[in-house]
Amino acid sequence: MSHEGAKQMAQTPDTNSEPVRFRATGFNPKSNPVAAWGSFILVIALWQLGSSTGFISELAMPSPIAVAKALWQLIISGDLWLHLGASLQRLVGGWIMGTVAGLVVGFLVGMFTWARSPGVALVSALFPIPKIALLPLFIIWFGIGEPSKFATIAFGVFFPTVINTFGGVDNVQRNLIRMGQSFDLPMWSVIRKIILPGALPTILSGFRISSSIAIILLIAAEMIGAQYGIGALILAAGNLYQTDQLIAGVVVLSLMGLCVSWLLGRLDRWLLGWR
Amino acid sequence: MRLQIQNVSHSYDQVEALRDIEFGIEPGEVVALIGPSGCGKSTLLSIIGGMLKPTSGAVVMCDQAKPEGCLNPLTYVFQDFALLPWRTVAGNISLVLEDHPLSKSERDERIAEVLAQTNLSDFANAYPKQLSGGMKQRVGIARALAVRPAVLLMDEPLSALDAQTRILLLDEFSDLFARTGMTAVYVTHNLNEAVRLAHKVVALRRRPGTIKEIHTIDVPINERREGMPELIAHEQALWNLIRDEAIAADKELENVA
Repeated sequence: MSHEGAKQMAQTPDTNSEPVRFRATGFNPKSNPVAAWGSFILVIALWQLGSSTGFISELAMPSPIAVAKALWQLIISGDLWLHLGASLQRLVGGWIMGTVAGLVVGFLVGMFTWARSPGVALVSALFPIPKIALLPLFIIWFGIGEPSKFATIAFGVFFPTVINTFGGVDNVQRNLIRMGQSFDLPMWSVIRKIILPGALPTILSGFRISSSIAIILLIAAEMIGAQYGIGALILAAGNLYQTDQLIAGVVVLSLMGLCVSWLLGRLDRWLLGWR
Repeated sequence: MRLQIQNVSHSYDQVEALRDIEFGIEPGEVVALIGPSGCGKSTLLSIIGGMLKPTSGAVVMCDQAKPEGCLNPLTYVFQDFALLPWRTVAGNISLVLEDHPLSKSERDERIAEVLAQTNLSDFANAYPKQLSGGMKQRVGIARALAVRPAVLLMDEPLSALDAQTRILLLDEFSDLFARTGMTAVYVTHNLNEAVRLAHKVVALRRRPGTIKEIHTIDVPINERREGMPELIAHEQALWNLIRDEAIAADKELENVA
């Protein structure tokens, strides 16, 4: 068929012709910041509407305005900073202790045969224990004060960190390690320059899990025995039926969680910029 | 430096991969290892560089003649490049120099020198993911040259590249060998690469891997051109050598599991 003929065909389609339908639609969600903030505002507005009309009882669930007032009261009286300061100290201290220990053990388990089987066995046996169950034991060992709270958080953070770290070490491409060895890099350099950066993405995603576990355990520990701390604040407010203060405490926890995840996001971008 | 492979045999569990391999690598010589898949050519290269312990036999460095400033006598170039994705091109080269007593300026000098040799000077601060396959392998070459190796061990360095890039890099390798007189062991399954680059082609047979023939090509490397009748004749001779083995390898089921 001549070129001219082909063109002719294209210009005079058959009556049965139809365009090819586009089929690859959907399965491609995109983010929309306006909708994100909008959903917040909508939920709070509906809540306020329910409270104002009396549909939601003030005793069971205070209105957003009441919660904001309670929060403001906590801020200007300075109580909030007292509670928040105590909580953050425990959170940061406990998390760092658990993370450092978890990283060390995770690296040993990931790299050495002698640590491998005993490490995996012990971690598998101890990981499923809800760490709150051990809090009474820690109180017996370390007293009702700060050390038992640090220990609970550190212990809870330790296991997921170990598991993520050795998983990350396992996932470092073997060919990169062999490359390092083939250039006679000393072992310490192989660990620091190849294994550590290679395991870092997995370790950092483990930080997200361990930080949320740390917040859960923090509140639990503070509810069992603490004078100050967000957990103590929430418990005391509950005992006095001050639901506005209770919800204000919960809001502070939500903000705390958001801050932690924002910080981890920054850490991700700073350390994993090469991705 | 002269390398002597002495009676090397190797078995993985029950499977005998190599048996009684014996040959020498003379200074300034490029030796190609060819053979069908599963003949143990990569295993042999790992043994030559000390990355795998042979079941019996040894690889011996017969003298201590090394190039000036040699930091790692037996240096690999990898099929999959093995670049650290979190380091820039310059950083990847720096990696293999950092643990040696070189001053910062000596190190920078070496990096600049090998980048210039591989035409990578403009890419010093690029990350591997930004580079094409050919560029990545040039970084692999630059990294290997930075330690001034006595023997370059190249494990199918062109296999992961597309056909066009392969032609370009083959020319660059040929220039490199002709210009520097580098000693090298070059593993490939591509006969064309072997006849373009090697002085000596070691053809292996499989199961167990033994030397079938050592084939010498005496055309100087810098005079070899694509499509030269002599080279085509050599390539044909090599193909006749390993053809039956290749057919057998192709038909074989994976029964090694």
